[in-house]
Amino acid sequence: MSLGKEDIEKIAHLARLGINDADVPGYVRNLSDILGLVEQMSAVETSGVTPMAHPLDARQRLRADEVTEINQREQLQANAPQVEAGLFLVPQVIE
Amino acid sequence: MHNKSIAELSQGLASGDFSSIELTRAYLERIETHNAGLNALISVTAEEAMAAAQLADQTRQAGNAGPLTGVPLVYKDIFCTDGVKTSCGSKILDNFIAPYDATVVAKCKTAGMPMLGKANMDEFAMGSSNETSFYGPVKNPWDTETVPGGSSGGSAALVAARLTPIATGTDTGGSIRQPAALCGITGLKPTYGRVSRYGMVAFASSLDQAGPMARSAEDAAWLLNVMAGFDEHDSTSVEREVPDYTAHLNTDLQGLKIGLPKEYFGEGLDAEVGRVVDAAIRQYQQMGAELMEISLPNSHLSVPTYYVVAPAECSSNLSRFDGVRFGYRCEDPQDLEDLYKRSRGEGFGAEVKRRIMIGTYALSAGYYDAYYLKAQQLRQLISDDFKRAFEKVDVIMGPTAPDVAFKLGAKASDPVSMYLSDIYTIATNLAGLPGMSIPAGFVAGNKGDMPVGLQIIGNYFDESRLLNVAHQFQLSTNWHQRVPEGFE
Repeated sequence: MSLGKEDIEKIAHLARLGINDADVPGYVRNLSDILGLVEQMSAVETSGVTPMAHPLDARQRLRADEVTEINQREQLQANAPQVEAGLFLVPQVIE
Repeated sequence: MHNKSIAELSQGLASGDFSSIELTRAYLERIETHNAGLNALISVTAEEAMAAAQLADQTRQAGNAGPLTGVPLVYKDIFCTDGVKTSCGSKILDNFIAPYDATVVAKCKTAGMPMLGKANMDEFAMGSSNETSFYGPVKNPWDTETVPGGSSGGSAALVAARLTPIATGTDTGGSIRQPAALCGITGLKPTYGRVSRYGMVAFASSLDQAGPMARSAEDAAWLLNVMAGFDEHDSTSVEREVPDYTAHLNTDLQGLKIGLPKEYFGEGLDAEVGRVVDAAIRQYQQMGAELMEISLPNSHLSVPTYYVVAPAECSSNLSRFDGVRFGYRCEDPQDLEDLYKRSRGEGFGAEVKRRIMIGTYALSAGYYDAYYLKAQQLRQLISDDFKRAFEKVDVIMGPTAPDVAFKLGAKASDPVSMYLSDIYTIATNLAGLPGMSIPAGFVAGNKGDMPVGLQIIGNYFDESRLLNVAHQFQLSTNWHQRVPEGFE
């Protein structure tokens, strides 16, 4: 499996990852190599095999519907790049 | 003081031979002297350590000390530590001060263990050499021109160089066991769900598991006693009683059935590493264990399967780093998309970007069945191989890594060759089983002897047996007591 320049640009966009043009050939090569490794999977017949999503047959635990978290907005927003009046600031989205 | 085991430290603190303040200061001094050459720590938390040591001594004076009260440790920098930088080896979290403690950290604090610092690691735990860290590579104390392994390479180097009595690590595809092997220490990856993942920066959530990295199995058992247990904050934490992991260390190994997967001794394994592992296994035979050849026929599919499952989960987990709520934000974003793309593009390193892209591709429209679903089916087959094996044997043994520590830079430009460093460890994570690496011997390297790890894989929740099997070997060998030159 080999990817082209356009594939890398499309994937990077889907992942919202900015990559430099100069790095694209390297990603083309590395990602194609990795997909080549992964390609070994297709040689195995797996029809009827139940996909394993999780190592243990765990069931989702339920808890009582009670308030367990306290408001720590200020403390948590201390790590934010830009905050105003308790809100996270981003560039304007709607004209 | 720095050559004492956890049991000896516990004893020394209890009998008043030394205080936690003296012990902690001694380790901080060793870090001061030796860390610069190894680059094994991202943060040294001397003030926090001394305050915690003082508190530990007071707790002891009040008669409330537990076995580990006053014994210091280092956390891999993937564990959130309240009020202390938690970088996960990444530029994107270089400015992140964790607002809470990971459950593992909270448990160690409650046990009275002072934190010496936060260990260097591969960025977001993605790597097998510690070279992907934003803070630069860690050097292997056995030969500082070689890698310590990864991703928990800082923790492994610190324990090997006697700069901490013990450390925590995490293991998604071998990140405790492979660096333990390359640095000549003892590392245990518990059963998935045994130790809480709460407050551990997530990489691949169905594989990640934390465990102890120590000088011996006995030391590891002491720390696992603290780390393990159910946690309501982790939805995959297992509600199951925690045994005393030190209780069965001394059981003899008469009649123990050891399975040797033929796939782990074939092509790809360095001949000298193979000889050391064979000798260790023969030693088990002399100790009364029974050897059986077994087959894990799907093991060659582990690496390909892992490189779909882990990147897919990582691409999803790492979407939270968006430059909005915490972490790095680019300068002067033009619009929201520019903010996302440049913050992530500038904040993540090359290996993390590769994995996010592979995962994004594997999960994108039209490819899900061919990649992620297929990988989950293979994961089932790999897991079934182990189930069949454990009907016949008690533990499985083989090499931890195909080779000893390699030169810095040797595999940095070829991701696939780096991925093959974990060829023997990945299947255990896919199945969710516990696995250990213990020092099995040494082979001649460029500068001197380099350590080799023996991997021991157990059945689900059989950590007590793994520790017992490892401890018995360490009673009759002294590989685990060797200290790298310059760090005696």
